[in-house]
Amino acid sequence: MSDTKSGLVEMSWDPITRIIGSLGIHTKIDFANRQVAECRSTSSIFRGYSVFMKGKDPRDAHFITSRICGICGDNHATCSIYAQNMAYRCKPPHLAEWIINLAEAAEYMFDHNLFQDNLVGVDFCEQMVKETNPAVLARAEATAAPHASLHGYRTIADIMRSLNPFTGALYREALVMSRLTREMYSLMGGRHVHPSTLYPGGVGTVPTVQLFNEYLSRLMKYVDFMKRVVPLHDDLFDFFYEALPGYEAVGRRRVLLACWGSFQNPDACDFRYETMSAWGREMYITPGVVVDGELVTTDLVEINLGLRIFLGSSFYDDWEHAETFVAKDPLGNPIDQRHPWNQTTVPRPQKRDLTSPDGKYTWVMSPRWYHRASGANLALDSGGGALARLWVTALAGVVDFQHIRATGRSVKIELPRSASGPAMELEWKIPAWSNTLERNRARSYFQAYAAAAALHFVEQGLREVHAGRTSTWTKFEVPDEAIGCGFHEAVRGMLSHHFVIREGKIANYHPYPPTCWNASPRDSFGVPGPYEDAVQNTPLFEENGPDRFKGIDIMRTVRSFDPCLPCGVHMYFGPGKELLVRHSPTFGAGLGGGG
Amino acid sequence: MLPAPIKEVDVFWITAGLGCDGDSIAMTAASNPSIEDVLLGAIPGLPKVNLYNPVLARESGDEFMAHFHRAHAGASHPFLLVIEGSVPNEKIKSEGFWAGFGTDPATGQPITTCEWIDRLAPKAWAVVAAGTCATYGGIHAMAGNPTGCMGLADYLGLDFRSSAGIPIVNVPGCPVQPDSFMDVLVYLLRQAAGNAPMIPLDAALRPRWLFGATVHEGCDRGGYYEQADFADDYGSAKCIVKVGCWGPVVRCNVPKRGWIGGIGGCPNVGGVCIGCTMPGFPDKFEPFLDEPPGAYMSTAAVTTYGTTVRALRQFTTGSMDREPEWRHPRSLLTTGYRPPAKDETK
Repeated sequence: MSDTKSGLVEMSWDPITRIIGSLGIHTKIDFANRQVAECRSTSSIFRGYSVFMKGKDPRDAHFITSRICGICGDNHATCSIYAQNMAYRCKPPHLAEWIINLAEAAEYMFDHNLFQDNLVGVDFCEQMVKETNPAVLARAEATAAPHASLHGYRTIADIMRSLNPFTGALYREALVMSRLTREMYSLMGGRHVHPSTLYPGGVGTVPTVQLFNEYLSRLMKYVDFMKRVVPLHDDLFDFFYEALPGYEAVGRRRVLLACWGSFQNPDACDFRYETMSAWGREMYITPGVVVDGELVTTDLVEINLGLRIFLGSSFYDDWEHAETFVAKDPLGNPIDQRHPWNQTTVPRPQKRDLTSPDGKYTWVMSPRWYHRASGANLALDSGGGALARLWVTALAGVVDFQHIRATGRSVKIELPRSASGPAMELEWKIPAWSNTLERNRARSYFQAYAAAAALHFVEQGLREVHAGRTSTWTKFEVPDEAIGCGFHEAVRGMLSHHFVIREGKIANYHPYPPTCWNASPRDSFGVPGPYEDAVQNTPLFEENGPDRFKGIDIMRTVRSFDPCLPCGVHMYFGPGKELLVRHSPTFGAGLGGGG
Repeated sequence: MLPAPIKEVDVFWITAGLGCDGDSIAMTAASNPSIEDVLLGAIPGLPKVNLYNPVLARESGDEFMAHFHRAHAGASHPFLLVIEGSVPNEKIKSEGFWAGFGTDPATGQPITTCEWIDRLAPKAWAVVAAGTCATYGGIHAMAGNPTGCMGLADYLGLDFRSSAGIPIVNVPGCPVQPDSFMDVLVYLLRQAAGNAPMIPLDAALRPRWLFGATVHEGCDRGGYYEQADFADDYGSAKCIVKVGCWGPVVRCNVPKRGWIGGIGGCPNVGGVCIGCTMPGFPDKFEPFLDEPPGAYMSTAAVTTYGTTVRALRQFTTGSMDREPEWRHPRSLLTTGYRPPAKDETK
């Protein structure tokens, strides 16, 4: 449909496939300048977890919230257990924490692998490139793969062919690896994706030498796989920069990255809010916020205090005048009414309005983070998860254990000797851009990170078993009144669970997964969400005109964030106060800012 | 009269119920057979299969939706309709939608998932509900939910029959056990090809060979139960019925089959059964970590017998732990063997 006044063409992709859940991308495209002028991100499914969890037994929370998502449910279960441990003032045995770390490491290995080579990979496969950029495919046929000796594919086009759905060799190998890694998850968490053996206070997994050996022998096969896959993806993504000059602008936005930290260190973590700043920094992936290349904080308490949930374009009623559940945190800091602890979710189904400046068009709300230095409520993103984790960890320079070391500007990952050959060191360096290709590249490096970290956790777990410290669970009592929060890195990025217990029941419960942030719509200040922002900035390199346009550069950008909409819309919000409507400028200038 | 064997089947898979795509993801974990085995024609006796699932599809947006519109227009191959996620009640509000799938070009509004079910279910060769949400409503149909959602048979009626006269096929589980789902898919494909009789279902429309037995009947911790040896914490290798396991009254094969590649499970590996395959899930099983009321009586009843039997078995096991006395390095053979006399060997 053509907008005659502006010469823009309206184009929509709804549903976006090869992601999880329901996502629509609605754009106005300027074909004359080969650029996306405007973008709105929508989700058309609502379930209402925050609504139906009220009044339930708090101990059921991780079983219920796991069902928020079919690919990362275990992240929710884990995050919920962290929040419950805080509320019940319960510290699990060390061995339980190593087992949970091993489960979560396997989840990263599984999920990034399946998503990278079976879902995202298809956007870079021979069939797709032939349909969208035949000139690029021709060039790929003639371009030798720099790391052919490591991964075995002679040309870039050979790599692209290996990603063709179902017939491609890497595509099929990735499916097989996704099963191996799910076996690893199931050894520790019972089953995938909704774990059976996770509990507040620890795990029900029976810790034996056999358990760790079965995990380790599979892990080493994955280490082998990583030694081929990371160089392969480097070759593929580097080729796009080379073949399409300017491709770094695709999906680029301001560096506004968030990571809530992952892999607890049981020597440091007691799950008390009062000590959260300290034990948060001891995590094996450092929590933090990066704004324009600067690490603003690594303090989970400060991160917590900055959380704000806005409406503006979402199908919910506002809670500005609803009950305040938590006026102050356990350290005496004031908690904002727009903080998840104080949120009240009231769904308001209505017609989708994609055209009015203040139109409501999605079931996703708009989480933002209050940045004290600028006074802005920033639309942080996770970069698909891996990008923010590596970026924050690299800048913080705290992580240093066995196979992994953060240097302040990079993360070094050592993969030890395996059946295929000698040890290999990979170094992920902070890239020049937060863009589509770097989100994808980080996903590969982070798979190696998770594998290397898991090697450490296996050793720590076995050490406990060898020492006879085989208890995996600590008894607890549910208090009548309590609050709790959990911070964790889901596969796709920052995940928080906030809940309030009254009279021994759940009085309020709000999970905020990464896709809530990434897929969020324009907030009450008119600030677009990260997908909208990244797509609005995107130049178009596809060779097709409007008649046969597939929107491949848009699809690549959206998928680089690894969308997961069941996570994005577990609840909702009301009509926001329209303070200011802003049209997004190009290249993200001021996009993260508030009104 | 037998229907003609079907040579090519479309599988239209709608994940746009109130769900999480966990059953689509679980399906990719199967290896007996795997999805690529089925799609690449590696399994004998099946028709050619074209899969249209949004998690795996190459096409996006309208290009992807075109396949569903084709089915609505009656221009597809005979097809299986797979529904994932519970069916919302769109009648309880004045406007808007709880769940949509694709855009209606006339209004610019989402086409509701209910509308797609209305369009495609009557035309389908068979209709499959994947996961406990689609079968019975599941977690999203929990008490207090705002969407009034339900299972497919609640929506279409328990007496619904597909165009081939097949009832809705329910494959419950949260998520579905990967190989069990593939068992059902392969069965239906084989039936479509004329190589299998009508799929055997129970009264809750579950395949009988998968959901006939209870968790407890297939649980390797059942021996502890019989001996009244119950765990009172969650790290134990013993029976966990007193700390929340509902296995004795839940139809599911997971402890017997394992979760993936024979690995994992629920109570067999220390995770209480929360009844996630059952129509009463989750409300009738909550709070999940409390002892099921029925277990008070049954565990009390088994205690006298179990503790006695356990003691007797310990005594017998002690005996069986010792080798017979004829296994020794002394110079005299004491096994009872006597060489035959020489004249007897002739």
